Amino acid sequence: MPGAVSVPRGFLELKIESTLPDRDRPIVAYCAGELRAILAAGTLRRMGYKNVLAMTGGFAQWQRLGYPIDKPFQMTDAQKKRYSRHMTMPEVGEEGQAKLLQSRVLMIGAGGLGSPAAFYLAAAGVGTLGLVDFDVVDETNLHRQILHTHDRVGTPKIESAVKTLKAYAPDVNIIPFETRIDSSNVEEILRGFDVIVDGTDNFPTRYLINDACVKLKKPCVHGSVYRFEGQVTVFHPDAGGPCYRCLYPAPPPADMAPSCAEAGVLGVLPGVIGLLQAVETVKLLLGTGKPLVGRLLAYDGLDGKFREFKLRKAPECEYCNEEHGFPGYIDYEFFCSNAANE
Amino acid sequence: MSVIVRLPTPLRPMAGGKDEVFIDGATVRDVIEKLDAAHAGLGARILDDGGELRRFVNLYLNEEDVRGLDGLETAVKTGDVLSVIPAIAGGR
Repeated sequence: MPGAVSVPRGFLELKIESTLPDRDRPIVAYCAGELRAILAAGTLRRMGYKNVLAMTGGFAQWQRLGYPIDKPFQMTDAQKKRYSRHMTMPEVGEEGQAKLLQSRVLMIGAGGLGSPAAFYLAAAGVGTLGLVDFDVVDETNLHRQILHTHDRVGTPKIESAVKTLKAYAPDVNIIPFETRIDSSNVEEILRGFDVIVDGTDNFPTRYLINDACVKLKKPCVHGSVYRFEGQVTVFHPDAGGPCYRCLYPAPPPADMAPSCAEAGVLGVLPGVIGLLQAVETVKLLLGTGKPLVGRLLAYDGLDGKFREFKLRKAPECEYCNEEHGFPGYIDYEFFCSNAANE
Repeated sequence: MSVIVRLPTPLRPMAGGKDEVFIDGATVRDVIEKLDAAHAGLGARILDDGGELRRFVNLYLNEEDVRGLDGLETAVKTGDVLSVIPAIAGGR
């Protein structure tokens, strides 16, 4: 039944306290017929649960009456074993793991941030992982882009990433998009996913992803790096937070924001930031903890410190304020190359 | 009022490689102007020609975005930390 919590009868006494700690909360126990529900209700009352009923007729009658049902997700024995350390944790459990296995995450960029994030999201059992990249593996990528290997230099990153992830987590469904994301294809690519992870390396694409996420009401897990420094946050205007444009209404001119290629980056740094993006993604999928919505986590690797800043939703933002309506996609290359005039 | 100004990596070369500097001032604007006087060119990386905060740079007084306070006219007190956080794009 939708919203019901599943507790195996044999583990009822053991698991119910962590599943339903509030003994005053009304509980309706049900099973396929009636008998096990009546027994379970008796057990719960003896354990101090004050408001417990057993449903007569059980699930069979519920179904006969045409009431709504959730088709249960069946985890395989192999999955139960593989994710057992997840399922032991109350924050995940069997229900959470089933959620992850039914989730769809889009990782944009299979590079410095995308490598660690995609690696761990696949390992965590995110059921469907979309990957977007158009580039080929270069020798200079290998000090940080751990999805790729030396023997794959010159081959498409998408191909290399799929190979690595398939070997690591064979039951994860990987949807490769070997393309440059732009205004014409962004919605088609993003549409089917629950969470978007931004692991790109340039301002035009970051603004494009932001605008599409705002329009499609999808959370965007942001990460960016510069040498020993990184930033992580979750842009999720639909949950009351700001968007990328609230934070940075205009990009810097090129001479004030050198790229990784020009400025260099510590290879481990995107590892740290990409993994924080993976943690935030898992939290969003599970609906647990406090996501970094409206907070920027800035990491300075040189002094070994994380600092947190409060982000504000800009009242004048033309993109994420509902009353403005979506202003439309723009020419992102032009917007960013003319940034010097801002 | 002596304020600690925290500089991001791209701006550190302009302050002799330092990640933080101590600057006296009464308001955020005052601090930025004195920062520029001490380390020529830093001001222009934070403020535009019209003396407004650049749109790809945020200033946080302790944890708060100064745009949500009184902007550049926000008063500062001794011991405050003013962090300069620019947009960075790197990731691939």
